[in-house]
Amino acid sequence: MTGILTIALSKGRIFKETLPLLAHAGIVPADDPERSRKLILDTNRPDVKLVIIRATDVPTYVQYGAAQVGVAGKDVLMEYGGDGLYEPLDLGIARCRLMVAGPVAAPPPRRRLRIATKYVNTTRRYYAARGEQVEVIKLYGSMELAPLVGLADRIVDVVDTGNTLRANGLEPLEHIADISSRLVVNKAAMKMEHRRIKAFIRQIAEAVEGPRPEEQSS
Amino acid sequence: MLPEGIDEVLPPAADRLEQLRRRILDCYRSWGYELILTPFVEFLESLLTGTGKDLEAQTFKLMDPLSGRMMGIRADITPQAARIEAHRLDRDVPVRLCYLGTVLRASAGELGGSRAPLQVGAELYGHAGIESDLEVLELMLETLHITGVQTVHVDLGHVAIYRRLARHAGLEGRCEAALFDALQRKARPEIEGILAEARLADRESGWLAALAELNGGPEVLGEARERLAGAPDGVLDALGQLETVAREMGRRHPHLPLHFDLAELRGYNYQTGLVFAAFTPGYGRELARGGRYDPIGRVFGRARPATGFSADLKALLLLAEGEESGNPGGILAPAENDSALEATIASLRAAGERVIRALPGLDNHARQLGCDRRLVRSADGWKVEPVAEGE
Repeated sequence: MTGILTIALSKGRIFKETLPLLAHAGIVPADDPERSRKLILDTNRPDVKLVIIRATDVPTYVQYGAAQVGVAGKDVLMEYGGDGLYEPLDLGIARCRLMVAGPVAAPPPRRRLRIATKYVNTTRRYYAARGEQVEVIKLYGSMELAPLVGLADRIVDVVDTGNTLRANGLEPLEHIADISSRLVVNKAAMKMEHRRIKAFIRQIAEAVEGPRPEEQSS
Repeated sequence: MLPEGIDEVLPPAADRLEQLRRRILDCYRSWGYELILTPFVEFLESLLTGTGKDLEAQTFKLMDPLSGRMMGIRADITPQAARIEAHRLDRDVPVRLCYLGTVLRASAGELGGSRAPLQVGAELYGHAGIESDLEVLELMLETLHITGVQTVHVDLGHVAIYRRLARHAGLEGRCEAALFDALQRKARPEIEGILAEARLADRESGWLAALAELNGGPEVLGEARERLAGAPDGVLDALGQLETVAREMGRRHPHLPLHFDLAELRGYNYQTGLVFAAFTPGYGRELARGGRYDPIGRVFGRARPATGFSADLKALLLLAEGEESGNPGGILAPAENDSALEATIASLRAAGERVIRALPGLDNHARQLGCDRRLVRSADGWKVEPVAEGE
């Protein structure tokens, strides 16, 4: 199959942790996105390019087929829906937990809980499944601030070490989901370029399976 | 501003759409498919009977002030065609129906999709064998050929494989729904988790897990025979049908790329057998889709095997847009009142020419009116002459 294979990645942790997996598939980027301002990175292979975009945009690029494959956090897939995508591999990278957090030892308010989060859909689903009416406030960042200034009673956010929570007097309260990054694949590309795409998935799977731990407990 | 997902078709695209519509319907007629016009609105209960929840969520509803009952605007013509076939046409021979009409959907569903697609399709009732599936598959390819879509890839699956395996394993309710959802995303880690939680025997769970990986070229069917060895009868029969399709399509269209995917369960709510869809490079969505849906007629009192396909003609038109549309040209006729002129115009029109009459008191620019010729009076009657370039 001729044509370019475009891989959508987000900067930062996902990019860094994806590099060794790509290297196993024989793909090495020509530039470092932290230093380059380029949005499309060439690689050592003329038929493979990387596009560097915001993490929340990765599913969109792949759904529309602007990139045939991508790496997206499960948190993003849960929030924006993985319709029109295949998620054949758990890459086991960028691991964290999606949690409800709140001020240490704060009593629940008498009114409806107010929750600040950027994961609006996931939060609504989580509380709806428990039959709890909550008010969800959409924020784009620094969720930890919201309970400190009385904007919200709780937050829903991804938690890695928990240091940011502790530094702001918050504690994790409820576990919503374990998060790690998934390889996502455009459905039409999987069907029309199956040889190349399946070979790519197989190579990445080999790279993952080595350090991949057993099923994590929830 | 038009509502989201609603569009209008202007000249010259509307004309091309109409030409396409005629050629497609002529083609269906030459294959023996009879045209039906289904109602745009119906009482909700007959519109939604036997179609599952997906369609209900997609249906616009309104109240009929005359009867006080709820009506729905059609969101899919296939179930209407099935009702008509079961209720209104009481024939024992195979029935072939085709239709073309605008449907309305609450959400565009797929990315960039329309909420008011112009659905065109054909259905074949009364035969349960793979031959009728092949016929509608052929007709789908013919439809795409007429629209001028160049490279078509066909994706094939068989809903009975998953259905039989899930039933055999005793999966039900939420567990089955979760597995179905994970299979649609080929989310291998989740599939393994769900199967582990369901505590199936190794063999059953191995079969179900294999579905997510059984996709690729026709060689996948051989692999499926090995990995699904020992599976219940219906599964191997279904595989046999896919093998027949692979062989037959390979013989009839040796260059047509075929892709098989045993976890592809589109339209799972009412599909029962072979399912298929057409894709083209550079377009991330299905161009057309179809498959078998045998029991749908049962709720209308007559269970007849059925298979068919449909597509959005407006989406197909956009794909063919790149082609040279070709200006049809035309003839500008003067505004004079003259019997000989009127007779000439009538005969030109009868011969299929586009003749536009100038209107008095206006600058009638031939080129701006799309005319490349004009009618001019000469010694021996009215003559057609070319319009000069810069005119």
